[in-house]
Amino acid sequence: MSSLDSRILPRQKTISAEARRSQQQKVLLITLFFLPGFVMLFLFIIAPVFQAGYYSFYKWNGLGPLQNFVGLENYQRALTHQVFREALLHNMIIMVLSLTIQLPLAMFLALILIRGKLRFQRFWRAIFFIPFVFSEPITAYMWLFVYHPHSGLVNTFFSQVIPGFESQAWLGNQSTVLTALFVVITWKYFGLHMLLFMAGIQNINTEVEDAARTDGANEGQVLRFVTFPMMLPTIQLSAFLSILGSLQLFGIVLLMTKGGPAYASELIVTYIYKFGLQRLNLGYGSAVSVLLFFIALIFSVGYQRTVMRVDNTK
Amino acid sequence: MKHVWGFLKYGVVIVLAIIMSGPVITALLGSIRTSGEFVSQPIGLPKNGIQWENYTDILSSSSFWSQMWSSIVITLGAMVVAVVVSSLLGFVFARVDFRGRTLWFNLLMIGLLFPLAVAILPLFIQLTQFGLINSYWGVILPIAAFSTPFNTVILTNFFSQIPRELEDASYIDGCSRFGFFTYILLPLARPPLTVVATLVVVASWNEFLLPLIVLNDPGKWPLPLGLMQYQGQFGTDWAKVMAFVMLLIIPAVIFYMFAEKYIVTGLTGGELKG
Repeated sequence: MSSLDSRILPRQKTISAEARRSQQQKVLLITLFFLPGFVMLFLFIIAPVFQAGYYSFYKWNGLGPLQNFVGLENYQRALTHQVFREALLHNMIIMVLSLTIQLPLAMFLALILIRGKLRFQRFWRAIFFIPFVFSEPITAYMWLFVYHPHSGLVNTFFSQVIPGFESQAWLGNQSTVLTALFVVITWKYFGLHMLLFMAGIQNINTEVEDAARTDGANEGQVLRFVTFPMMLPTIQLSAFLSILGSLQLFGIVLLMTKGGPAYASELIVTYIYKFGLQRLNLGYGSAVSVLLFFIALIFSVGYQRTVMRVDNTK
Repeated sequence: MKHVWGFLKYGVVIVLAIIMSGPVITALLGSIRTSGEFVSQPIGLPKNGIQWENYTDILSSSSFWSQMWSSIVITLGAMVVAVVVSSLLGFVFARVDFRGRTLWFNLLMIGLLFPLAVAILPLFIQLTQFGLINSYWGVILPIAAFSTPFNTVILTNFFSQIPRELEDASYIDGCSRFGFFTYILLPLARPPLTVVATLVVVASWNEFLLPLIVLNDPGKWPLPLGLMQYQGQFGTDWAKVMAFVMLLIIPAVIFYMFAEKYIVTGLTGGELKG
């Protein structure tokens, strides 16, 4: 966190024209300007998060007073619930796949587009990025047809390429559903990472790369020892967004598989939606939400720690 | 060797581009044919003439336009609230010295750790207690609140780049701090304000989860939920569903073409030249 504010906040200033103006006026201005933002932040983010901690100790359906104190039972139930554990596992699988497939693919394309000096760059960028601005239902229903068990695009393609191929219900099969959904998620989101990488590559001073070439480095070495290290901040940001993003996945999965078949594509947020919100188990749902907060927190804090360690050793 | 590489790099990009646009092209070709044609041959041209009814059925229904209206209300509401709130915060963080500034800034950054979907159940409880369930405010205010940390970072960045001399000069000319903010800073900040507005427009226009849990009355549903409802009714009638999909894709693509510069700048945190 501290590296972030030192980059964003300007340094404290010494005496200037504004310092002469009355202190009272300044306090009034700060209060007025801060009020709407921090009230909103408090009411809609901070307070609900802390309240969830409180509600998580009760069995509560949202109606009537909180009476049924159950201690840690909600947590115990969640952690021993097979569906919840699988949901957690699915989120982790998607997170790992995103980091190992989605990001390298995005990097590969960004490198080809910029270093390959392709023409019509804006056109290509638009093709790869535009799914990012589609809503989740648009994406889900288009792909629901792509995976259609008889006549979808995927089955049609494979049956023409592979002789004797039998049509598959990609989303109806427990062993293929997660991979099929990961393809959709990649289709929709990898453009964002490509965009970040393109910006990162463009910010590199090409003279440094040229210097390495002059010193006899081949293209692979230039990438490995010059380009990637210089893009480290972008790669870190991208990985961070990817991690947080994979914890929030919801709409595409709910609309395409409802978490099925047999919970094979259940994710944490669809789990909270189904077992907490729809059934109004708000105490239990709060406990699961708190667990999710901790997971998000561990990933972001742990991530920032490692990132900073890397920075320090340079 | 040069030629091979030149051929190869375009080849790879073209193949990937075809894969990327495949679903959209299929949806387009499906939306102008009958469902029977579409299901028997996913990619193909209309043999019985273009089925405009797929589109006109949707466009002539009142529910489509009421969903459009809801989407506009939610999007404009969230945009106005988010821009006002984050420019006020950005101004204080960038241009006013006070003790505890870093502390407040870090407090704001906590918001970045809790994306909307992650906090959805606690948020639902809170909105119920405020009586905001089934109200547009119950969608607008949380979207604005959850986008505020990121928006404030963008604006703080920009506001702190405005030269100190400009501010001092405005004070000498008799401007108050508030006057400097309103008459000098905000007009100068039109490009970053547009960036923030654009990002909020994209997020709120597409928001699915929040209206799903907040708006009980289907009469208030925005377009993403409208598409879900339509698919629920005509699930097997793929051509109709794809027409609805295309009706939502076309404005999204047009919007992207006009707002590309702002979307790209906002997401990459790049500096926009005024």
